[in-house]
Amino acid sequence: MMDRETTGRFVLKIDDLTAGYGGGDVLRGVSLEVPTGGITCVVGPNGAGKSTLMRCVSGLLRPRIGSIALHGEPLAGKSPRDILRLGVVQVPQNHSLFRDMTVWENVELGGYILGEKKAIAKRIDAVFGLFPQIAQWRQQKAGSLSGGQQRLVEFARALMLEPTLLLLDEPSMGLAPKILKTVFDAVREMNAAGTTILLVEQNARAGLRLSSHGVVMENGQVRLSGTGREVLEHPEIGALYLGGAVREGLLVRLLVSHD
Amino acid sequence: MTTLLRTDGITKSFGGVRALDDCTLEVEEGSITGLIGPNGSGKTTLFNVITGYAKADAGAVYLGDRRITNTSPDKVFHAGIGRTFQLTRIFPTLTVLENMLVPASSASRKAGGVRRKAMDQLEFVGIAGHHDQLAGTLSYGQRKLLELAYVLVADPAVILLDEPAGGVNPTLIGQIAERIAQLNAERQKTFLIVEHNMEFVMGLCARVAVLDAGSVVASGPPDIIRTDPRVLDAYLGVDVDA
Repeated sequence: MMDRETTGRFVLKIDDLTAGYGGGDVLRGVSLEVPTGGITCVVGPNGAGKSTLMRCVSGLLRPRIGSIALHGEPLAGKSPRDILRLGVVQVPQNHSLFRDMTVWENVELGGYILGEKKAIAKRIDAVFGLFPQIAQWRQQKAGSLSGGQQRLVEFARALMLEPTLLLLDEPSMGLAPKILKTVFDAVREMNAAGTTILLVEQNARAGLRLSSHGVVMENGQVRLSGTGREVLEHPEIGALYLGGAVREGLLVRLLVSHD
Repeated sequence: MTTLLRTDGITKSFGGVRALDDCTLEVEEGSITGLIGPNGSGKTTLFNVITGYAKADAGAVYLGDRRITNTSPDKVFHAGIGRTFQLTRIFPTLTVLENMLVPASSASRKAGGVRRKAMDQLEFVGIAGHHDQLAGTLSYGQRKLLELAYVLVADPAVILLDEPAGGVNPTLIGQIAERIAQLNAERQKTFLIVEHNMEFVMGLCARVAVLDAGSVVASGPPDIIRTDPRVLDAYLGVDVDA
């Protein structure tokens, strides 16, 4: 079912998704929407299924039940490469640059599927325009950069394809608290420049503060969703991490205010 | 209450990363103590330092009055600390019973007493029926039970469990929790348990210690820990925007 209004408002619509590895299900009926132009942040304790959700969206893991639609178009059966061509670009959790190649070469590789040299050069200019600091490191080996700097280069590489949807899997992973602000500022800048972002974050407070929308997953299910602020300030959020206050089977849902 | 196991100001770095930072933890004799903390907070590293699998850069580990800092894993084991691993370390191509007999000398392995003792422990954890099956055919939860049985043969005073419920189906989780509670009540075993399953930890442990960035930031009864602001900071992160 494709209704025009819905497809415009949401870049991505995930409906009743069940997925897992081997015998068990990691995701158990996950439904969520990623509003166009926003930052949607998914948080939740270890093992909630956040990275598994990302793998389903980028096509690395095939869901068992349920559907994922990009602008109303179902992604079922599409390969990771097809999904990349549709504009869904993922920045993985672990550092993924080629350490012995220069920053420029790494960023350029992000545009590999564009094929044409001219198109690639144009995108590099645009990306370096957004992140001028990266242009300064262009001749350095990527491996010589700090962890935070490498993250920014990974963002730049992802932007080469002008993503319709940018997937960021725990961008703060392994970074010192001082560096976090730089990385989160970069996320904000990419969004301000028009990129819709789906963010998975371990630092729930910093991630939700940054985001227009928030989702808390726990044990393979969506337990809480709303605006970033609503979720951040929800009294039960701590209980979803530490157990206790939320009774079994009680789903706490807030209405997402779409304005 | 007396403290049976204590770490005093343990510091441990890997390269430039400080995994444990002045980490002080006390485990009371006869208690089931939980050790929780977000990913990367240092829980497994602390287990490794206590059991001699990693060397502390600074600080000390005590079992009772005895200083056991940086002793070899086998000496720590014989001193009375048994442990299990997050990813179980069994021999998949040996049978369940053969796994139990690995630490026994070849002479004693044939002796009925050693085998009976091994079978008793398998009986206790509930997998004696699988004793002549290859250990590799056990489910993940059954492997965890095998590791527990294995540790019990040495009759340690303290047992460290690294994620006993991780990746285990709910029925077996209950069985594991029951055995721990029983070992604690009937055989006076002291437990230190790392676990992410909060229901499991909060239900089983009288005290819970919380690690964040390599230090114990809070410890106390589960109900207090759940609402402690330092614990919420550890799990939810500290906002970077000031």
